[in-house]
Amino acid sequence: MNFQLPDLTPVIPEITMTALALIVLLLDLLIKRKEVVALISIGGTLFVALTLYGSHGTTFGGMYISDGYSTFFKMIFFVNIILSVLISIKYITIEKSNYGEYYALILFSTTGMMIMASASDLIVLYLGLELMALSTYVLAGFIRHDLRSSEAAIKYFLLGAFSSAFLLYGISLLYGLTGTTDIRSIANFITEKGLSANRSLLLAVIFLTVAFGFKIAAAPFHMWTPDVYEGAPTSITAFMSVGPKAAGFAVLGRVFMVAFSGLKLDWVHILIPLSILTMGIGNIVALSQTNIKRMLAYSSIAHAGYALLGIITANNEGLASTMNYLMIYAFMNIGAFAVIILLRSEGFKGESIYDYEGLSKKHPLAAALMLIFMFSLTGIPPTAGFIGKLYLFMAAINAGYTWLVVVAVIFSAISAFFYLRIVMFMYMREPKIDVTLTNAPGTTFVLGITTIAVLLIGIFPTYLINIARSAITGF
Amino acid sequence: MEEVLMNQLSYPVLSTVIFVPVLGALLILVIKRAWETAIKWIALLTSILTFIFSIPLYTDFDKTTHKMQFVERHPWITSWNINYYLGVDGISVLFVLLSALSAILCVMISWYSIKTKVKEFYISILLTTASMIGVFCSLDFFLFYLFWEAMLIPMFLIIGVWGGPNRIYAAIKFFLYTLVGSVLMLVGIIVLYFYSGKTFDILELMKNHYPYSMQLWLFWAFFAAFAVKVPMWPVHTWLPDAHTEAPTAGSVILAAILIKMGAYGFLRFSIPLFPDAAVSMTPVMLTLSVIAIIYGAVICLGQTDLKRLIAYSSVSHMGFVTLGIFALNSQGLEGGILQMLNHGVVTGALFLSVGIVYDRTHSRQIADYGGLATHMPIYAAFFMVFTFASIGLPITNGFIGEFLILLGGFTANKLAGVLAATGVIIGAAYMLWLYQRVFFMAVNPKVVGLPDMDVRETLTLVPMLVLVFWIGIYPNSFLSFMHASVEHLLQRVNMAGGIHETSVAKLIMEVVIR
Repeated sequence: MNFQLPDLTPVIPEITMTALALIVLLLDLLIKRKEVVALISIGGTLFVALTLYGSHGTTFGGMYISDGYSTFFKMIFFVNIILSVLISIKYITIEKSNYGEYYALILFSTTGMMIMASASDLIVLYLGLELMALSTYVLAGFIRHDLRSSEAAIKYFLLGAFSSAFLLYGISLLYGLTGTTDIRSIANFITEKGLSANRSLLLAVIFLTVAFGFKIAAAPFHMWTPDVYEGAPTSITAFMSVGPKAAGFAVLGRVFMVAFSGLKLDWVHILIPLSILTMGIGNIVALSQTNIKRMLAYSSIAHAGYALLGIITANNEGLASTMNYLMIYAFMNIGAFAVIILLRSEGFKGESIYDYEGLSKKHPLAAALMLIFMFSLTGIPPTAGFIGKLYLFMAAINAGYTWLVVVAVIFSAISAFFYLRIVMFMYMREPKIDVTLTNAPGTTFVLGITTIAVLLIGIFPTYLINIARSAITGF
Repeated sequence: MEEVLMNQLSYPVLSTVIFVPVLGALLILVIKRAWETAIKWIALLTSILTFIFSIPLYTDFDKTTHKMQFVERHPWITSWNINYYLGVDGISVLFVLLSALSAILCVMISWYSIKTKVKEFYISILLTTASMIGVFCSLDFFLFYLFWEAMLIPMFLIIGVWGGPNRIYAAIKFFLYTLVGSVLMLVGIIVLYFYSGKTFDILELMKNHYPYSMQLWLFWAFFAAFAVKVPMWPVHTWLPDAHTEAPTAGSVILAAILIKMGAYGFLRFSIPLFPDAAVSMTPVMLTLSVIAIIYGAVICLGQTDLKRLIAYSSVSHMGFVTLGIFALNSQGLEGGILQMLNHGVVTGALFLSVGIVYDRTHSRQIADYGGLATHMPIYAAFFMVFTFASIGLPITNGFIGEFLILLGGFTANKLAGVLAATGVIIGAAYMLWLYQRVFFMAVNPKVVGLPDMDVRETLTLVPMLVLVFWIGIYPNSFLSFMHASVEHLLQRVNMAGGIHETSVAKLIMEVVIR
């Protein structure tokens, strides 16, 4: 028998990433100073980012595809991993959880996300999703001596397992109907056999919506988010709020746009109420939060609702706007979490929004940066958050969903209240407690990068928009 | 290519006027917090420099044309066809000058009264100035919206950080009101963008004629943004809180410039872009304006707080402005624009004056004053002039504006003109009564021994005093700026139906030829 090795070029980044994760796992045994492990992870990730260049192609009999779309999402994952690791270095020593596995798990989780972004087959997709999810479950419970962290991990695991079951059920239904798990073949089969009115197919679409909705934290599948975001280590919350969400959008975009291209009308009508509900619950419940991590959890739910607008348009421009938004969200959200981490010090949690009272008095720079991130999350120009939202709204209006954009902008105006409240606490109240900031080079670096990115993209967005657009051509 | 007059000066005047304050703010940002005097001086010099750079706008302006002047245009966000596109015409040029002037006064009036977070305060003032000027100069909708919204951030801080006791409530209310209005306008802007083949170019957009139903809902979407800013009657409730709680400089910016942006929006966008809708909505707009005039004036009679009274008088006066604008004739429009300027000068001056006594007594209650004329005679004289201007007495600027507006309003709708005139009478009542209670009557022991205005304070008020008489005695040096632009605007409104007819005629012709 003639055994031929498949073309490995498209998977080189993933192979390198897995190797890196394993090396980091081993190095952990040899290196006592965990900062070195963190730096190796970052350096390795940068190297993996280089291998993306020229990795385009399809392999494993069409099960795996590396194209502009997946590359763009992988860029988001790399931004996410580098920034999250940098803010972790000091933070996890404060949490007394400075174990090397931490970095290895982050790398494994990212490998899973990369596989998801490139999956052209539902089974591969499932593998990637589980690799990502299982690593994140562990990371959520990484502070072993903290009950909330363990609770977060258990909750995340149970509900995550539940959503995986939905995904598998959906996949098996699809397999039963079409006899394949390949995304393109499913699409062809549906059009050839005229299956688009099939009830079971619709059921499969609904199941997949549930599973992906869970990953992107869309309401009503968002129940886990506040508890998990609150309980997990802050650095991991930052990581989770960007990476798995973006990965969820990557698979949502690819599966729905490609496999279900014949059912656009159906899934658009499922996603529209989902998006409204997500924006509504996220923004309204966030109004009453007093824990900043919990508030950002609801804010992250709301942002998933905005990002869904791009998918709802069901065209390439819309998809590009969602990708653009996720990239911007990575910078502004991790920036906000970096400030939260700045406040965490030995014996002081710094998670209550009241801890921010009068912050501008003693720490004007930290307060000013938080102000920029809060206004960016609200979507006020000249910050990147405005560009992201504008692009989404433009895409949605161009696709004819003007009324939906009106709903979105109203919710967006409501969201101003809780973001502003943080600004108000920092600038307009007198400090009640003495807050000491934990300065660490990593965190400072992240704050610098994210601030520059938020302002630069806010004023000169052309590059990012063009990259997102060219990534989507030929999708 | 549009017919515009490119900038002929040796430097890009509009960009300079916008970015000098930004540079000043950046300079203050890097200066040590403790060097407060240096910070103040930088802020003052920056704002003076801004004003000096803006003077060519007055001297080199070509009054014979409605075309945009001093135009600068550079590609910016090419993927969305967005240009960095600036220019001014007869409607906007005076507001650029007024913004630059009021920045100087705001810095001067805050010299001693701002004691905390000095650095942040002057950065906020300068950034607000930059974005206000930007709003009046933008000829690209994206750029316009950017400035329009960006201004909210420093303004929110100015009210909320350095304001009065109830400042946080006022700041948040201000922010949320204006934000809700603005985002609805954003939707309208995006719809226009796609309808006209992906362009944000305002002059390009004005060339199109939009279907009536579309005009109508876009008119209301833009109305949401502009009516809140003006503020027109049912959505005015943020203004008394914001004006009252803001520090003096904040009140001055709000009164002199920020609320003008709403009326400017009507003039620049709502009327030329949606002329049919504007014409058909005239009765609604006139009604709302008349309600604002009378309601604002009546409420003033019951106020016990100095700043709150002036704030409500703004509601009434801005009612005159919108009345003039929606009279849609040349007297009304020119009166409206002039009254915007007048209101900026007079109300700005009144807030400056209130700030001067507030710094001494730290009270805004009218009951805490009385007989002030005995102890602060110079101050009393200044205040009297501004009071008369606010009432609209001849030889002050208020007279010219209100007269033109009433003339226009009467031509457009007799009832509206008559009702609005009652607002002038109530206006005289509350302003004179205010003056009486504060400056005459028995001397309140609380004001005994207050020093009169010093040089800095006098210098702050003098420019406003000069403007009050200048516009009052020789309004033509300002009205002459507007003639061509207002004429052009009216042509567009009157032709609105005409364009429609010709295009229908063209269509019929084409069918016939085929």
